[in-house]
Formats: sequence, C-alpha cells, structure tokens
Amino acid sequence: MTIQQLSVFVENKSGAMLHILNLLKAEGIQLLAVNIADTVEYGIFRIICSEPSKAYNVLKDAKVSVTLTDVFAIELDDEVGELANVLEIFNKEGISITYLYSFLLNGKGIMIFRTIDNERTREVINLNHLKFITEPNLYTLV
Amino acid sequence: MIWNPNKECMSRDERAALQSKRLRLLVKYVYHNVPFYRNKMQTMDIRPDDIRTIEDITKLPFTTKQDLRDNYPFGLQAAPQSEIVRIHASSGTTGKATIVGYTRKDIGVWSESFSRCLAAFGVNRDDIFSVAYGYGLFTGGLGAHYGVENLGATVLPASTGNTEKHLRLISDLGVTGIACTPSYALYLADTMDKIGIRKEDLKLRVGAFGAEPWTEHMRQEIESRLGLKAYNIYGLSEITGPGVSYECEMQHGSHISEDHFFPELINPDTLEPVADGEVGELVFTTLSKEGMPLLRYRTKDLTTLDHTPCQCGRTNVRMGRILGRSDDMLIIRGINVFPSQIESVILSLKEVAPQYLIIVDRKGVLDTIKVQVELRPEYFVDDYPAMERQKKMLADKLRSVLSISAQVELLPPGSIERSDGKSKHVIDNRHIE
Repeated sequence: MTIQQLSVFVENKSGAMLHILNLLKAEGIQLLAVNIADTVEYGIFRIICSEPSKAYNVLKDAKVSVTLTDVFAIELDDEVGELANVLEIFNKEGISITYLYSFLLNGKGIMIFRTIDNERTREVINLNHLKFITEPNLYTLV
Repeated sequence: MIWNPNKECMSRDERAALQSKRLRLLVKYVYHNVPFYRNKMQTMDIRPDDIRTIEDITKLPFTTKQDLRDNYPFGLQAAPQSEIVRIHASSGTTGKATIVGYTRKDIGVWSESFSRCLAAFGVNRDDIFSVAYGYGLFTGGLGAHYGVENLGATVLPASTGNTEKHLRLISDLGVTGIACTPSYALYLADTMDKIGIRKEDLKLRVGAFGAEPWTEHMRQEIESRLGLKAYNIYGLSEITGPGVSYECEMQHGSHISEDHFFPELINPDTLEPVADGEVGELVFTTLSKEGMPLLRYRTKDLTTLDHTPCQCGRTNVRMGRILGRSDDMLIIRGINVFPSQIESVILSLKEVAPQYLIIVDRKGVLDTIKVQVELRPEYFVDDYPAMERQKKMLADKLRSVLSISAQVELLPPGSIERSDGKSKHVIDNRHIE
C-alpha cells in the first residue's frame, strides 16, 4: 500500500541538491516529486522517482547518506476541498501526519505523506476506500 | 628491540653525568658563537662557568618561537655556514617561517634518534617502510627517511598526495610499516574504502604517527581500519624533527631521547618547574646540537612527565600525550577550552566520523562555539525530530566535558575538508580589539 521515497541527507550549501540530481540524471532516473524545507545546516531532500531501489544504490555508491522510506500516496480528484476532506478523515481517527506534500500527475492530485502509525493508516485507508497508489500503478500514471 | 641500550637504558646517575658534561660544553659553545645567548646571559649575569651540572640548567635563559623569528634567518645559528649541510623551515602559517640549519653530526644524531623509535616499534631490516610525511622543508619526510635508512630497513619515500597510487604500492610491494600524520592515516583508510582495498589485502603491521595531537580513540580507529599497531612519535623542527620521543611496546608514555634533548616541564604562567604527573609546558635543551642549538626552548606543548623506569627496560623519561598547545587554548566566555577535549568527545561517539571543525565567533559581547561533525550514514534517519535529538545528545556530552555549551551542526559524510598534512580543526572568527 506504500511507495518508496528516497530520503537524502544534504548539507545546506549551494550545489548540494544539484549534486544529487545530477547523479540520478546520469542514470536516467525520472523524478516525479521532490521536497525540501529550509533548515539550518542540513536538510532532508525527499524524492519520489522511477526505480527507487536503483536510485538508492546509485546514491549509496556515490557515498551519499540516503535511506528508502515507505510513504503513503493517495490519489485525489482535482476538486476544491479534496485534500481537506482526506485530512479530515485522518484527524477524526487521531492519526497525526509527520509530513505531507503533493503534486499533480495527469490531472490527478497525488498526496504523499507519512504518519506515526502505519498499521492504523492502512486500516483507515481501506475502511474509507481512499484511492491509494502502489508502486506499479504510480508508474503507469506517468 | 632496543636500538641503543647504552644510551636508552643507562642509570639515572650515568645519564645525569653525561647530560651535565654535554650541557657544560653546550653553554660554552653558544656563549662564544651566538651573540643572542651571550647577550642574554650577560644581562642575567651568568657566565659559562656557572653551569656545572644538569641541575644548573634552570639558571639559563628561555628561548621562544618569537626569538627564532626575531633572529631570522641565521641569528641563532652557532656553526659556520660551511658546516651546515641542510636547512629545514617550519610552515610559518602564523608569521615568518623559522628555519633550522643542521650540521652533518646533527643529521647523524637525528637519524639515530629516529632509529631508536623504529626499533621500539619492532621495525627491523626486513621491513619495507613507507614514509608518507611531506618531503621538503617540513622535517617529517626527510627525518623519518634518514631514520629508516639508518636502521637498515627499506624506505619507500611516498610523501603525501597521490594517495591511490601510494595505496597500490603498499599493496603490491607488501609494505609493512608506515609513518604519517594520524589524520592522513584516516584519509588512507577512507581512500581504501573508496577504491575497494581491504586491510586484509595489505601487509601493514606497524605505523609511526605524529606531527599533530591525536587521541586513544583515533589510535583504535586507525588500528582497526588499517590492520596495524599504531605508535606515537613526537618531535619538532626547532629541536630536530620527528624522533625526539617515541612509545615502546608498553605504550605508556613516549620515551624522550634525553641524552640529546633534555626536557623540563614548566608552568607556562610562572615559568616554575612542574612535578611529575602534573600538566605543564614542555621545554627542551638540545644537548648535542651544533647547527642551531637551543637553550630551554619553550615548545608551547602541554603534557606530563614521568621519570620512573619503564617495564620495557628503558630508563629515559616518558612524556604523556600532548594535551594541547599553551597558545591553542581557546578562552571561551572566560573558560579555558582545549580542542583536544572536544576531539575526545567526538571520537568517543559511534554516530559521528572523526573529522570535525570548531568555529569560534563573537555575537555582540558573547563568545559562541560551534562544532561541525559528520553524521555516519547508518545513523541518518528520515525524521527531523530524531536528527535533532542526536544533535542534542552530542551537545549535552560536549557541555558536560567543556562546562560551557557548544552549538553542534550535523553534516553529511565528506562535508568537512580532509587535509594531507596537519588538520585544521579550529577557526576563530573573533576580532578582539
């Protein structure tokens, strides 16, 4: 039910993200979404891409600190209030969201997020018939 | 093995007699050949005849690095230029370079001293020994080189740089020993990981590391990553170069070749002698030097001395690790902080790599200290709060050791610059008027 996200430890200095992206580009890895927040000396660069396992090995071989993280991806209709509706469900169930970002793919909104409780998140997704995305169908959307 | 038992194992009385004889000759020699010392002694109303035994050394004037700079280039040279066969120069990063001239005999004493170190580390004629200190004006390369040749082992004059090629040679030639700075040893280990050489592929069994302060934790890391036994070696160019003192197999302090380099330990503020076991500034008198002999040279290195005989059989005095430099000491908000204290905390933590950078600043009237460290890849987690907890744990440890708070910055591996020679560990941005 989850998809794999690359989480990369980067120094807060110019060229740090570029270095990572160039390594992935050289291996023909396609990016679907990236996210980073402004912090002090370091940041966690989060990437959804084609072939996450290959991307992980590419970065590992280049001595980059990287982990693969299981995150949830839910498809949203392109309508006003859709994201609020989904968060409402999790809020009611008392599931806190650690981080969240979203992007549009072929007219569909994709919400990527992590929670403190993967088990309960799965249950809630099933019970509420949310349209979760798995890795294979993520790439067919591309 | 003991290279020169006659000198390294002599009784304290015999040694004191030898030191007294050499000191008497030295004082006469500098009085008549170095105007700087003659003037100093005349100002203090001391004549060469006043110096009879080694105990009288405390009557003599001190020499400082500033004296070397003020008398640049040849003011302290005692031998005529025709007798000088070599000149070395210090890096001079904090001012004018200091230069030291050696006579043929000085080179011989230096080679002998370095051979004593190698023998104590178990190096013998069958070893192939790589010298990876910089060759050139720095004393490290040539000093070690002559010591290895004098002992009769095979020397590989690798110098620094060209690290991958050097590692291939270590592997292909079956090099068994190496001399370099401890930070370069770790750089070698990093490069081995990078190019895929395992320690099992190498025959290295002994390493002579010095020229910068290092800790027990660093020793363990070097030993486990290079698969060798790591020994401490100490020296400074003003006195001769590497080989002034060396560890024996007991590894309980470094034996000083005190028949040539007579040590005293003083309180850097009062200049009074400090007892065995207490921390003080190391001071050397070059008892047998001809080129540029020095009386009571203040090294600025802080350490301890131990005059008790060693189980290895050597009787020459042992010095402890260098605990810092009396002028490297950082005064942060009125508290004395030695970079070595910060290093020992960093090296004790499995979460971070041994590289670090200390940045001192002044914000308004308040001194701030920031320590940059590299988080090892296996401790990186996709979780900001967890990362911040790791940071706080390190900051808490530093605080308990330093008794002031230090800001910690976590960086990815490889962010902090590695150096081939002496590591630069402190940046002090304070501009105090």
